[in-house]
Amino acid sequence: MPTIFDRGQKGRRALALPELSRPEEEILRAIPAGMRRKNPPRLPEVSQPELVRHYTALARLNYGVDTGFYPLGSCTMKYNPKLHEDLARLPGFTDLHPLLPEEEIQGALSLLWELSEHLKGIAGMPGITLQPAAGAHGELTGMFLIKRYFEDRGEHLKRQKILLPDSAHGTNPASAAMAGFRVVSIPSDRRGMVDLAALKENLDETVAGIMLTVPNTLGIFEEDILEITELVHGVGGLCYFDGANLNAFLGRARPGDMGADIFHFNLHKTFSTPHGGGGPGAGPLAVAEPLVPYLPVPEIVKEGEKFRLRYDKPKSIGRVHPYFGNFLVMVKALAYILTLGDEGMREVSGAAVLAANYLRVRLKTTYKLPYDRLCKHEFVLSGEGLAPGIRTLDIAKRLIDYGFHPPTIYFPLIVREALMIEPTETEPKEVLDAFCEAMLKIAEEARTNPELLREAPHRAPVRRLDEARAVRQPILRYPFLENPPKTQ
Amino acid sequence: MNPYIPHTKKDIEEMLKVVGLPDVEALFSDIPEEVRRRFQPLGLPPRDEIWVSRYIAGLAERSPGRRLVPFLGAGLYDHYVPPVVGHILSRAEFYTAYTPYQPEISQGTLTWMFEYQTMVCELTGMEVANSSMYDGATALAEAVYMAARAVGGKTVLVPKSLHPHVREVLATYAWAAGLKIVDVPFNESGQLELREIPEGTCALIVQEPNFFGVVEDLSGLKERLGKAFLIVYVNPIALGVLEPPGNFGADVVVGEGQVLGLPLSFGGPLLGLFATRMEYLRRMPGRLSGRTVDAEGKEGYVMAFQTREQHIRREQATSNICTNSALCALAAAVYLAALGPEGLARVALLSMERAHALAERIFSVPGFRPAFSGPFLYEFAVACEDPEAAVRKLRAAGIAVASPSLLKKCGVENAFLVAVTEKRTQEELDLFVRALSQRG
Repeated sequence: MPTIFDRGQKGRRALALPELSRPEEEILRAIPAGMRRKNPPRLPEVSQPELVRHYTALARLNYGVDTGFYPLGSCTMKYNPKLHEDLARLPGFTDLHPLLPEEEIQGALSLLWELSEHLKGIAGMPGITLQPAAGAHGELTGMFLIKRYFEDRGEHLKRQKILLPDSAHGTNPASAAMAGFRVVSIPSDRRGMVDLAALKENLDETVAGIMLTVPNTLGIFEEDILEITELVHGVGGLCYFDGANLNAFLGRARPGDMGADIFHFNLHKTFSTPHGGGGPGAGPLAVAEPLVPYLPVPEIVKEGEKFRLRYDKPKSIGRVHPYFGNFLVMVKALAYILTLGDEGMREVSGAAVLAANYLRVRLKTTYKLPYDRLCKHEFVLSGEGLAPGIRTLDIAKRLIDYGFHPPTIYFPLIVREALMIEPTETEPKEVLDAFCEAMLKIAEEARTNPELLREAPHRAPVRRLDEARAVRQPILRYPFLENPPKTQ
Repeated sequence: MNPYIPHTKKDIEEMLKVVGLPDVEALFSDIPEEVRRRFQPLGLPPRDEIWVSRYIAGLAERSPGRRLVPFLGAGLYDHYVPPVVGHILSRAEFYTAYTPYQPEISQGTLTWMFEYQTMVCELTGMEVANSSMYDGATALAEAVYMAARAVGGKTVLVPKSLHPHVREVLATYAWAAGLKIVDVPFNESGQLELREIPEGTCALIVQEPNFFGVVEDLSGLKERLGKAFLIVYVNPIALGVLEPPGNFGADVVVGEGQVLGLPLSFGGPLLGLFATRMEYLRRMPGRLSGRTVDAEGKEGYVMAFQTREQHIRREQATSNICTNSALCALAAAVYLAALGPEGLARVALLSMERAHALAERIFSVPGFRPAFSGPFLYEFAVACEDPEAAVRKLRAAGIAVASPSLLKKCGVENAFLVAVTEKRTQEELDLFVRALSQRG
């Protein structure tokens, strides 16, 4: 596939811009000679039809939720309602500058306030910030809050440890480390849950907190959740809950009732906002009472019928976003919550968990299911032992030939050759059945025609790509023929 | 009731039968009963599309500031967004996909990421760019973290002329990492004045153009810094006319990419640019698309150097970033491709000619003078006795400028910022001058 740099001709343009009213050189005189650009950037020079056809061609090489089933575990690739896209394009939102005075932005502040109230209710927790731009950003903000909380108590020097189950998302240890904490891994027990004995061994006065994903990345609900949070609180630690898996209990349970002190939402997962090819998302953070004073500024407060920005919070960690977070994403999330109401949200978790268990039971006789118990919104199979020489990667690539996006693979790390499957609530049963049929067929092919798997995909825009080469011989930008970059 | 769930009663019964459970409730028996008992709903009824549509549209109408003529920039700018950008972003294959973990069915995303990375390198004069950060502020914070790890020092030199909100975000991150921020003052021209470089400095940050709109002279800075990082926080539109920071030895170039085809959006989503030199490739945060070949030798793209990232390296990762601002980066790529090299310079030049024309007229009004003598592009600080009164007068005439409190945070008293883009008309410029000239 040619890149945009391979298209067009010198001098072509895609837009009619206004003409300058003065000669260019005259305008440029405002810039000291040494700071004036000498060589223009080598940007594409294409006509508008070329531009549109190029990106249309690229779009067609992609697979999205609107293309088909996307059971990417822990990513909650549910359908993204179209109404939301239109609402987020309303000029009253898109053309609004965040630095306008309060009285000029009441509509936007009211939207943020209303979403905040709903999210606090869903979390069952009294404080919130909407600033984090993604789940991992929420985690980092949460770690900052924990740090500030202990600093305020004069305990920050001794409380350096964050406990993490070995099934945690990679962002958890990375966020904890970024905030300067030492990460201690807690093994999972045979049930796929936190090993309580191992947890107790690591609990002491040096623990700042624990990061839990509920349900965990095996899709299993921590049945001892109340005991775990009580134990951590018992030594003065705080409980961070990663909300990536909220789709599993939305409308039925609240992290605040499980002992969570901090909980991040992924609006792009649970609340149906699109993933955008890798973002933007939004990672609002709900907190329990003791952490409220440390939340980022400004806080959006309602006084009578007016919404105000409150900055006088002396214990706040400060800003983690230059403005109010990913506002347009929040517009979509609010529309989703309002459409569903309580009953609709309860149905989300019901249907998502039913679909996951249905797939689990149908597939577990053919594929290894290392933790065989009731799952929540996702479950983890192992591709191990399916057929000699067949790896999970082969199964995943073969699924592409059947028209499905593969599940998350090789995660969580505690399952060898993991296939993490999350169907979400928005797939018809026919699609779930077709996916099962494909998985069963692939298992059969693994035995009868293993090459079919090892050489898959056969029906994708490209065949299997050499990832090692991209590192060995890095080409990370377009290699222009004229004036090639100095180093590449 | 939930319009997005397709399961019929029969589907549900059939699935429950396979699972071997009597009802949906039984699927949640593993959640402690005590927790389920404590649950409280929000008290929200379900709503139909027409209701939701009207309700949200009603909120959109309740921000009158949208109708003010924006001479308000201060980090986010009202540049023209060509419709072609929005149309391409509306392709569902782009916006309903996630991170390209499966490259064979993500060549669309991986190819535009590669194109975007190239464009950011071209703009900044750097050798490698990632495929996006959340926003300019967190991109800057991550650049500082990278500098601290690479260089080893704990002191960050931060000009008073850095965007105050960006500085506040940086301050949060710096506090958490035990980094010390040392202010760098500015002189009469509005440019930073780097007097000394303290022992243990890991980086100097320069905003280009700075928060006052003034063009900083980047020459000689890297030489003075030695191994400490020169981190330049750019406005990428300005790079249409300004020499790229890479040519002044910058180690990292970050910036706010909102100006590249994204609307103001009440401040989010934004786009963090991040570019560095190849020697720091393995230290940089964020996703990278790299060119390779498939099993048949056909060219294609994959996510490269994932061993830097959290999903592989966990607590040893260069950053925790996962979800980023991908779709915004696509907007930037389409925008830059639509403009081309000449168009990009044109946007900067059009904004400049309008800004300079306006500045000249403002400064001929008695009582208003330039706050700084340094060169500016299309944003400038206006000094006067009572900036709050001036801002009120402008607002009464339907014009928005940045609140003087923002400059105050940088230590500039009695001034306000004015930004002009290519969208401002002669009539709007006239209106501005008329409003400001009014007595009382």
